[in-house]
Amino acid sequence: MDYFVNVTLTGLTQGMIYSAFALALVLIWRSTRIVNFAQGSMAAATTFIALALIQAGQSYWVALIVALLSGFLLGAIVERVIIRPVEGGPELNAVIVTLGLFVAIQAAIAIIFGSSFQSFPTPFGVRGFEVGDTTIPLTPTSLYIIGSVLLTMALLVALFRFTRIGLAMRASAFSQEVARLLGVKVGSMLTLGWGLAAVVGSLAGLLIAGGTFVWPAYMDALIVFGFVAAIIGGLDSPVGAIVGGLILGLALSYVSGYAPRGSALVNISALVILIVVLLVRPGGLFSSTTARRA
Amino acid sequence: MSDLQSPASTGTAGKASDDAPVKATAGGDAPSAPATTGRSFLPQSTLLRHLLVLVVCAVLAVAILELTSPFQNSQLATLTYYAIAAGGLTVLTGMNGQISLGHGALMAAGAYTTALLLDAEEPLPLPVILLAAIVVATAIGALVGVAAARLHGPYLAGATLALAVGLPGLAIYFHDIFGGEQGMRVRAPQAPEWFDGFISAVSGNNASSTKWLAYVGAICLLITYFFLANLVRSRIGRTWRAVRDQEVAAELAGINLGAWRVLAFVVSAAAAGLAGGVLAIVVRLAAPSGFTIVLSLALLTAIVIGGLGSLTGALLGSALLVFLPPFVTNLGGDFGLSQTEAAQLAPFVYGVVLIVVMIFVPAGFVGTIRLRWMTRKAKRAMAQAGADGASSRG
Repeated sequence: MDYFVNVTLTGLTQGMIYSAFALALVLIWRSTRIVNFAQGSMAAATTFIALALIQAGQSYWVALIVALLSGFLLGAIVERVIIRPVEGGPELNAVIVTLGLFVAIQAAIAIIFGSSFQSFPTPFGVRGFEVGDTTIPLTPTSLYIIGSVLLTMALLVALFRFTRIGLAMRASAFSQEVARLLGVKVGSMLTLGWGLAAVVGSLAGLLIAGGTFVWPAYMDALIVFGFVAAIIGGLDSPVGAIVGGLILGLALSYVSGYAPRGSALVNISALVILIVVLLVRPGGLFSSTTARRA
Repeated sequence: MSDLQSPASTGTAGKASDDAPVKATAGGDAPSAPATTGRSFLPQSTLLRHLLVLVVCAVLAVAILELTSPFQNSQLATLTYYAIAAGGLTVLTGMNGQISLGHGALMAAGAYTTALLLDAEEPLPLPVILLAAIVVATAIGALVGVAAARLHGPYLAGATLALAVGLPGLAIYFHDIFGGEQGMRVRAPQAPEWFDGFISAVSGNNASSTKWLAYVGAICLLITYFFLANLVRSRIGRTWRAVRDQEVAAELAGINLGAWRVLAFVVSAAAAGLAGGVLAIVVRLAAPSGFTIVLSLALLTAIVIGGLGSLTGALLGSALLVFLPPFVTNLGGDFGLSQTEAAQLAPFVYGVVLIVVMIFVPAGFVGTIRLRWMTRKAKRAMAQAGADGASSRG
């Protein structure tokens, strides 16, 4: 029983991180119809910036804020300089550009920060709380992870629901032409959207790095899982991204916790889950479009 | 074999060229009338023409392999397996418009099959083993293709990405058979005796085993490209392009979109399987670390830089993949980067090249040249027609 709770909690925590990452992908997909394969590398870049600050003696929180801000800048710059020319063009071109960015940023990190494994600190302990004389498998770190992801999601919902800028962003995602006619600066909204998505992605990167090791390619697994989560949820739906992330996190945690030598099966089970979901619903669980786009 | 995407009219261009001038002056529709093609000396049958090109390329391949050093031979062997896989991916992505980020996994299937079969006490003949590699990869490709045919765009990219990450994981799980993380050492097949005689007759060079492997790769490459080039120029290739360009129109014309997409995936997987087999005997190792996402992305890079949809482009792109990294690494060393930093410079340059090509020359190398050439041809035809019209009136 203890073991089951433990595995479930691990799955939920991991699932939260996948959710955040999937959410970042969904944000970008909704506004520009592009899947940002470079999300992982961009997040890794900001994590390494944070690590450099921490190693220089700054506190975790200063590093976190600087990393998120630099994530925002990076996302905005990438959209303006690299993505803008291929926006609205053939789907394949945009995919290839973000893949190129993925490889280039990862290599740049390795050149600047070195490709060795480095440990990344966490602000809270990784020992479980003690209730009476039993240790329950809920650690301050996993609470911090779940809490910060929930907070970010609440902030995003508030932004999109209750502010003028959020409305303008939704309008330009819904229909660029109409939004432009109504005086929305669609270009700036897209840039803002990429920046925000990069912040969420960076947060996911920083959270998954906490308490473990980082190296330039440490986000590779997360981008695959985050992407799978986003697709399970249906790419178009933020709620879908969160649900997809949690489903995937739990499922992978059970596989690696219960199957014999399950940790080697994690990757392939993500593939199986994805294929099964897509065979049943080719547009993902929360897809709302019934007519296919041309 | 070289120009796969020239307009469908080129097949009839030879016939039309005789009466073209008459038509052009009479009808005044010069731009649409084919200009005199420079290909009149080639046979009109596609199969014969490709056979001719095949023979020329075979002679060229022998010449190149005999004129280069053993080290360059091994580089060329590397080039062959990249090019075979890139050729397969060209069919899938360039001809049929399905993106695949999972071809590295299909290559892994071919490589592990080859490694297992070569491990036997009395290994089967090499062609049989490579054929088995093709069959295994084709079977997996058919499975994936059935799932992939329903997906498009990012969904397909995601599914194949998961394949690229997931499939090599099986090799770790079944470590008793596949050797886990360390992978399987591959016993390099011995060169047959006639090969010695052949090499000493051609150039008098020493017939090393590296040379034999380079020849195996080159033979596989030539056969694959000959096969693919014919396929692309046939009814099948035309149907694939129809599915790619106009889904709805193709469906109205009675084309079963799903079946043709699966077929494209299967053909492409077969090429990837052969590429994996060649990789296994050239590298002499089949290990999960050899089939990372980076391999799949490298293949995509090759076909994009060369020019999507062109086999020549796939070959040129693969050449870039093989010859660029040592060059860039040396350059990095000259600029005072340490060895590990310089090793990372190559992927950095890949990525940047990929972005720059997509933004500024999305048609790729071959595509851009072909576009220039066709524009010039059309302009010349127009000028010609103008002059003809003036002279007939005056």
